[in-house]
Amino acid sequence: MANTLFINGKECEFTDEPNLLEVIRKNGFNVPTFCYCPDLTQFGACRMCVVEIEGRGLQSSCTMPPEAGLRIYTNTEKTRRVRKIVLELLLANHDRECTTCDKSGKCELQKYAEEYGIKNIRFAKKKESDYLPIDNENPSIVRDPNKCILCGACVRACSEFQGHSVLGFANRGSKTVVQPIAGKHLSEVDCVYCGQCQAVCPTGALTIKNDIDKVWEIVTDKNKKTAVQMAPSVRVALGEEFGLKPGENVIGKLNAALRKIGFDLIFDTNFSADLTIMEEATEFIGRLKSGENLPLFTSCCPAWIRYLETQHPELLKHLSSCKSPQGMLSPVIKELVPKYFQGFTKENLYVISIMPCTAKKAEAKRPQLTRDGRPETDFVLTTQEIARMIKSAGLDLATLEPEPNNSPFGQYTGAATIFGASGGVAEAAVRTAYEFVTGETLENIDFKPLRGVDKNSRTKDATVDIKGTQVKVRVVSTLKEAEKSLKEILAGKAEFQLLEVMACPGGCINGGGQPRSCNDSKIKEERAEGLYKEDRELPLRKSHENPDIKKLYAEFLENPGSHIAHDLLHTHYKNLFENSYKDLKK
Amino acid sequence: MVTQTRDASDWQKVDGIIEKYEAKKSNLIAILQSVQEEFRYLPEDILTYVGTKIEDLSPATVYGVATFYAQFSLEPKGKYIIKCCDGTACHVRGSMPVYTSLKQRFGLEDGTFTSKDGLFTLETVSCLGACGLAPVVVINDKVYPQMTTDAMKIIIDTILEEEHSA
Repeated sequence: MANTLFINGKECEFTDEPNLLEVIRKNGFNVPTFCYCPDLTQFGACRMCVVEIEGRGLQSSCTMPPEAGLRIYTNTEKTRRVRKIVLELLLANHDRECTTCDKSGKCELQKYAEEYGIKNIRFAKKKESDYLPIDNENPSIVRDPNKCILCGACVRACSEFQGHSVLGFANRGSKTVVQPIAGKHLSEVDCVYCGQCQAVCPTGALTIKNDIDKVWEIVTDKNKKTAVQMAPSVRVALGEEFGLKPGENVIGKLNAALRKIGFDLIFDTNFSADLTIMEEATEFIGRLKSGENLPLFTSCCPAWIRYLETQHPELLKHLSSCKSPQGMLSPVIKELVPKYFQGFTKENLYVISIMPCTAKKAEAKRPQLTRDGRPETDFVLTTQEIARMIKSAGLDLATLEPEPNNSPFGQYTGAATIFGASGGVAEAAVRTAYEFVTGETLENIDFKPLRGVDKNSRTKDATVDIKGTQVKVRVVSTLKEAEKSLKEILAGKAEFQLLEVMACPGGCINGGGQPRSCNDSKIKEERAEGLYKEDRELPLRKSHENPDIKKLYAEFLENPGSHIAHDLLHTHYKNLFENSYKDLKK
Repeated sequence: MVTQTRDASDWQKVDGIIEKYEAKKSNLIAILQSVQEEFRYLPEDILTYVGTKIEDLSPATVYGVATFYAQFSLEPKGKYIIKCCDGTACHVRGSMPVYTSLKQRFGLEDGTFTSKDGLFTLETVSCLGACGLAPVVVINDKVYPQMTTDAMKIIIDTILEEEHSA
């Protein structure tokens, strides 16, 4: 009898599942949840996952550990009644304007209200005067407390992923709200805009700030030209919105869809990921030689940059001066496309990027990333937003014939595509740095210790032997883990020379702008595998072998670290702690 | 929310309080109690500061604790804190008329508890354990038994006289 229990009469095995809910889901049954996320601690707040257990009555399955011999029933008259009451009470003070809600169609509350047939709510609608103000003051995330069901998933995500706890519960009883301190705007506290709160929110209380209409306006304006770029992680997740499997690479179909929507030129952020490696590997080698400002911090993740700027300005000198791949490609496009393509001018050309990330929207608005009085990247759409654009254009991504992108900023290597998974940037940098330093061909280019995107792989260490020089590389995902590495550096105990940080757990593949996936922790692993698969299959797997990159340097950028490369591809950072709400002893 | 500029001595006091409790997460409530004793309320900037000084806590989390417990106040309290008992015994013996008369006298609207001149803060409490003296009012730790609206008027008049002559 050991290690089996009965679910709805079926004998089911269990091993190390942390709770009954996981056992239930693994065995093909399901119960509804709002507050449960497999990557966060169990909270037991929403009571939707209640099951009936023989001899023990109703129990919330997310907080109960599995025990041998339990007889569990997931769908009884009692469980259904309790869930219906929970739903009805949650809806009692909920803003039920579903059609205009950004989460409509993806809202868990809406879904279960429909499934459980909640047609009649016995309580009066919320009074107009009881509505709380909506926070729409930042470029990335919208917070509407009137749609919050107090499940606490966002509070846990901010605390457990980022160690940051920008969001917290305030007040008590019927007055409870989830908010930053004293109800401030997210832009007033040091929110890094990673969007993980929004990624786990089951309702419309936290949503992505939507830029779709602005992009449609430009795409349909005959006097404006558009160039579009998309991050590595988008191609292995977008398909999920159209019924394809997580990890399935849809880059060709995406190119086709974007062309049909009306974008003029389709490039690829992967091209500039290769460009990033050229610059960053050169910078890294320079620092290794001089011994200054080591470890070098990667600078691709805008949430990580904002974290350092607000929390650890004293460590900004470690940060690579390289712009992110998005930040590099946009000015290159604006400089060179008017030279290569007829009808395009700096003035009429708009660059739109498609990112798995909400923080990229804020990055594009950085004053350091403007040129000639305009942002270098005009608009950033998340994977979710481009899916919506494709759908509203009447296209089904799944059935589109793949198309190639445009030259000369479309070609990429395997090193670029793995940027999307935690460890990818470091691996790509090492592949190139090795060959730059030694002048020899690196035979075994798979750095397995740097890979892995699950819960247990948030800090990874590897040592690379560059002709007798041992280079220690550390890869971290989530800012909570990053903080531990920063403490090591501040204590003078850090032994690594390169630190890659991605704020989202597992890296960009699990970014805040990706299709909703928080209920299944395997999805991010499948997306990462999609990227590593593409890396294996590409003929070129090292950034410096990209022929278009070589051409770009030969014709325009001279060499990595040159004056013009610095002007277009590098940036600087600002101490944002000064005058922030935490800077108290002024 | 009240904002004010602070001088260094205020921050020294806060640092002293945090140090006394070893900046531990488990001592947060004790720290907040001491801060409130010192400043008569919990100023937002000090809550923020406490949130940055204690490991594993954030300003938003500290604010959550401060707003959860009724013992903490985020608004400055008056010089005289009047606790009107509204436990069962006091309630049936007429605590509400006493409370309402005070509320009117101080010109308090719903949701505000401190008079505009900053002298009085009016609160209700649930049972002081002195039901034999119902209805009970406590002003700054001094107990006034068997209160009526008339008696209350005299007590407040006396306090105001002392205040004006001082």
